[in-house]
Amino acid sequence: MTVDLLYFAWVRERIGLPRETVTTEAATVEDLVAELVTREERYAAAFSDRRALRVALDQELAEWDSPLGGVREVAFFPPMTGG
Amino acid sequence: MDVRVQEESFSAGEVLEAFTAAQTGAGAIVSFTGITRDIAGGLTHMEIEHYPGMTERALTQISREAAERWPLTGSLILHRYGRLAASEPIMMVATASAHRAAAFEAAEFLMDYLKSRAPFWKKEVTGSDESWVAAKETDEDALARWSSG
Repeated sequence: MTVDLLYFAWVRERIGLPRETVTTEAATVEDLVAELVTREERYAAAFSDRRALRVALDQELAEWDSPLGGVREVAFFPPMTGG
Repeated sequence: MDVRVQEESFSAGEVLEAFTAAQTGAGAIVSFTGITRDIAGGLTHMEIEHYPGMTERALTQISREAAERWPLTGSLILHRYGRLAASEPIMMVATASAHRAAAFEAAEFLMDYLKSRAPFWKKEVTGSDESWVAAKETDEDALARWSSG
């Protein structure tokens, strides 16, 4: 399947781009991240501390073990600091 | 229920006046305005990034939840993004209800939720440095009190 990946704040800066489209067979967020970190050092750097990261699937907050079936947009970002 | 995500600055006074005029049956209006602070010392500006689409969804969900919990006649969340100088207004929350307790509580609820659940990220830029503002544990604690009640 094809999914859009979006990166925000320092995740975007470490990976070096705001969004990209990837083809993956990953079943969960965890599996997708495992695929990404093997691609290049900058992904490994961005995902080195997963506790410091949040994930959203189709614009709703999700968990690391959430399934990716039918999801079109996956976003990774640090904890939010609005207000 | 009014949710606004915008780059341009705003006048808290004007927004509050228009919000007040739009209420029917309100006896109490509470408003909160957040201002850019120079915490780092020597702040040249602040950059606020957000997730277009999810931001509006999250703020709308939070507003809906407030409307279910308290008898509000209306609510407003306004949040800016982009480049902000020190002492500029960043965001504003307003709530209206027949009585003050509901208006105060709903305003605090909206603030607590949007701080840790709306996809905004702040970066402080000084003459020599730039750094992303870290999330505070106290903000998560502030959220927890609404789920226990």
